[in-house]
Amino acid sequence: MPSMEKIRNFCVIAHIDHGKSTLSDRLLEFTKTIADRDMQDQALDSMDLERERGITIKSHAIQMYYNHNDGEKYTFNLIDTPGHVDFSYEVSRSIAACEGALLLVDASQGIQAQTISNLYLAIEHDLEIIPILNKVDMPSAMIDEVTEQIVDLLGCEEEDVIHASGKTGLGVEEILAAIVDRIPAPTGDPKAPLQALIFDSVFNSFRGAIAYFRIMNGQIRKGDLVRFVNTGKEYKADEIGVLQMDQIPQKMLGTGDVGYIITGIKESKEIKVGDTITHVDNPCEEAIHGFEEVKPMVFAGIFPVDNDDFEDLRDSLEKLQLNDASLVFEPETSVALGFGFRCGFLGMLHLDIIQERLTREFDQNVITTIPNVSYFAYTKKGEKITIHTPTDMPDPTLLDRVEEPIISAQIITKPEYIGNIMTLCMEKRGTLKSQHYLTQYRVELTFDIPLAEIVFDFYDRLKSVTRGYASFDYHPDSYKPADLVKLDIKLNGEPVDALSALVHRTKAEAFGRKICKRLKELLPRQQFVIAIQAAIGAKIIARETISALRKDVTAKCYGGDITRKRKLLEKQKKGKKKMRQVGNVSIPQKAFLDVLKLN
Amino acid sequence: MRSDYLSGDTLQSIYFGGGTPSLLTEKELSAIFNQIYKTFSIEEDAEVTLEANPDDLTPEKVQILKNSPVNRLSIGIQSFFEEDLKAWNRAHTAAEAIACIQRVQDAGFENLTADLIYGATTTPDEHWVENIQRLIDFKIPHLSCYALTVEERTALGHFVRKGRVEAPKDEHAARQFEILMKMMAEHGYDHYEISNFAKSGYYAVHNSSYWKGSHYLGIGPGAHSFNGDSRSWNIANNPKYIKAIRQGKQSGIQLYETEYLTLEQKYNEYILTGLRTIWGCSLEHIRSIKPEFEAHFIQKVQPFVEKNWMQEQAKTFTLTQKGKLLADYISAELFLL
Ligand SMILES: Nc1nc2c(ncn2[C@@H]2O[C@H](COP(=O)(O)OP(=O)(O)O)[C@@H](O)[C@H]2O)c(=O)[nH]1
Ligand SMILES: [Mg+2]
Repeated sequence: MPSMEKIRNFCVIAHIDHGKSTLSDRLLEFTKTIADRDMQDQALDSMDLERERGITIKSHAIQMYYNHNDGEKYTFNLIDTPGHVDFSYEVSRSIAACEGALLLVDASQGIQAQTISNLYLAIEHDLEIIPILNKVDMPSAMIDEVTEQIVDLLGCEEEDVIHASGKTGLGVEEILAAIVDRIPAPTGDPKAPLQALIFDSVFNSFRGAIAYFRIMNGQIRKGDLVRFVNTGKEYKADEIGVLQMDQIPQKMLGTGDVGYIITGIKESKEIKVGDTITHVDNPCEEAIHGFEEVKPMVFAGIFPVDNDDFEDLRDSLEKLQLNDASLVFEPETSVALGFGFRCGFLGMLHLDIIQERLTREFDQNVITTIPNVSYFAYTKKGEKITIHTPTDMPDPTLLDRVEEPIISAQIITKPEYIGNIMTLCMEKRGTLKSQHYLTQYRVELTFDIPLAEIVFDFYDRLKSVTRGYASFDYHPDSYKPADLVKLDIKLNGEPVDALSALVHRTKAEAFGRKICKRLKELLPRQQFVIAIQAAIGAKIIARETISALRKDVTAKCYGGDITRKRKLLEKQKKGKKKMRQVGNVSIPQKAFLDVLKLN
Repeated sequence: MRSDYLSGDTLQSIYFGGGTPSLLTEKELSAIFNQIYKTFSIEEDAEVTLEANPDDLTPEKVQILKNSPVNRLSIGIQSFFEEDLKAWNRAHTAAEAIACIQRVQDAGFENLTADLIYGATTTPDEHWVENIQRLIDFKIPHLSCYALTVEERTALGHFVRKGRVEAPKDEHAARQFEILMKMMAEHGYDHYEISNFAKSGYYAVHNSSYWKGSHYLGIGPGAHSFNGDSRSWNIANNPKYIKAIRQGKQSGIQLYETEYLTLEQKYNEYILTGLRTIWGCSLEHIRSIKPEFEAHFIQKVQPFVEKNWMQEQAKTFTLTQKGKLLADYISAELFLL
């Protein structure tokens, strides 16, 4: 066991694509944690999907040894943080496990929203920040300008900013030395009762759920009886150890150490990020604060395209949940789509990822319904109901008010786009909280915006009004009253439940029009007129009509045409059998998929 | 080679179609007829049809045909308006179309059939009425009228996809089909198949055999044959077809492919073709394919009778005028899978 003074726990803060994974790999290489021949680009991102998208979805931790020029051997724990807005709580827990952070800024891109929001989190937790100007090898690197941004942002000296390149390896040694020299060793009382922070968990099909933790006080031994303070559950520490390229079992871990614990927990749901591990005998007096129950923010129905695949889909979701406790789901039935699941996600990216993993890893063919955020409805009787699906909404006559989640959003852009962004945010019912010039050329805008507005085409709109020169990050802020309505879509008078949506009253008409118009394009003409309507209660707010198919007859039907035509009609009939039926209207699955791709 | 295919039946019709058989020389034509008459027994008054385009029917060609066993001409008129003919890339002009009809009638061909196309954006209703009226005035006893279809791999399909040509609207075609049905009825033509109209005694013997499920043998590349239980089709590739014919089995080329029909497929084909004709679909015939199919048919046909898309007479079901516009949809609904 290293003594506490020889331990350094740190994380890397960076905006997406600023080179966090690449630089982390260089550190592992330089410290020989990872043999050159085992080196696979971006060793820390272990999921294929992550590697492809270049985002770190699940955080991991890794230990390395570093021989400092003071002649001492140090133990580093690099805690990787998830790279996306949807996982801001997990980021905050990873940060809470560290004493320092490498702040990585791409020299050609400059400071971006995620750099700042994560930096604020780090500063809140009193982390020592080591600023790094990365990718200085790039011809487009703006070394002076970005250095100035960093100096302004941190109030540090120019000399404190380390120039580096994950590509060439420049600056890696300097970074390693700075980690020892600038980041403080862990503090904490080795003799105090055990108090360890769970900052992540992973699932292994052989070993069950594994928790990653950082010991704040005390020590833990293999075989100890431990309690997870917030869940109240008790376990035996079957195995503890440190995280190198593999898990290395240990007999004991002490204050300041980062490690893993295996207790035979079968479901990752039992391990809550932010929870505190202590001993059953001689427990710590209080839990580490900052624990939150992670609640899904965005909900959507996921249905198998083919209803026979319902059980397969359940199976796949259960497997995904083993890895990803923030995914929740329960069975849901739709008249239009049959049996499926109402699923809860941390945000839109999380939804995207789950959808994509279902398709790629589990070969599931699914239809995802219009997502909605989680609302609170208060009835006149004073009940509070959590709304996850449009059908949960109480009758308007019983309803007192609805509250919707508001997020605090950070947007960093060039000053010339401020106008466009303000217009967009107003349209999205946002209010500007602050406007702050980071430099003459970069401005940080902070808005409060209803999360529901981010769910629909916000990212794409932001990108287009700023020509891509904006970065965005958010964290949940509060709940506020909202004038919400349930919008139904009807085909020849029959509501299509899968297309119902909860929308703000001011947006209902435009939204209804858009869906009606899309449906008109997507539904095949049938032998009768189809009325497509968008309605709030009994009131029709938008409509489209698909005229009846007047003529459906082959002109020529001689000799060889007969077999050809028979085969064609048989094939069409088979296809139609698979269509969803709402009243007398047949809807191809593809129409559902496409109409729901509103973004 | 396949002379036994029709198991010694006497032929009631011979049809030269597909491509441009009018290009055949006098010698070629007589060689073909010699071979046919040598191989098959032919009914005395068999219908012998030849397809021709107006621009091929020169005075010399008409004489040659007149001296051959050909006794019926099918003329690809399409339209009497230049706008249409140009849009469809036809080789003939409106004037040639008129002259050609006069020429063949003068030569003594009275059993004629002409093709017309409707529903195109270039064809307003007035033109369509005029096209039909001209053929009526010429006393042509048989008409085949086809709605213009936009096929995927045709020039028209390409232009429509690129937005250079407006896609024909089905309302337009439906209306012109109704005009056609009305005019034909007024002038004493029977609507004996969806696309075919004839004075009595002039129903196409040959084509009717397709719709009545009679047996036929197709000769030439891509030609289809039917013997009641199976359908077969010759390979479509010209050189391969010729090689297969010349060298027989040694060529290693299979001349034709055969598909045996299941009872369901037989039923489906009966529905598909039967409903298109004046003869309709009879419960008796359906029972004869498989007794169980009758109940399915009766159940499925009910809503269409109620909608007045179909009618029944003596246990035989036919499409009404309204139903004829939706023949494919109705057939598919009645199908067995
Ligand atoms: N030129 C150059 N490219 C880099 C450097 N570091 C990373 N990259 C590239 O930048 C992209 C994003 O890097 P990655 O490490 O995945 O960023 P992350 O999203 O922060 O983990 C990849 O295409 C890398 O190859 C660098 O120092 N110089
Ligand atoms: Mg990465």
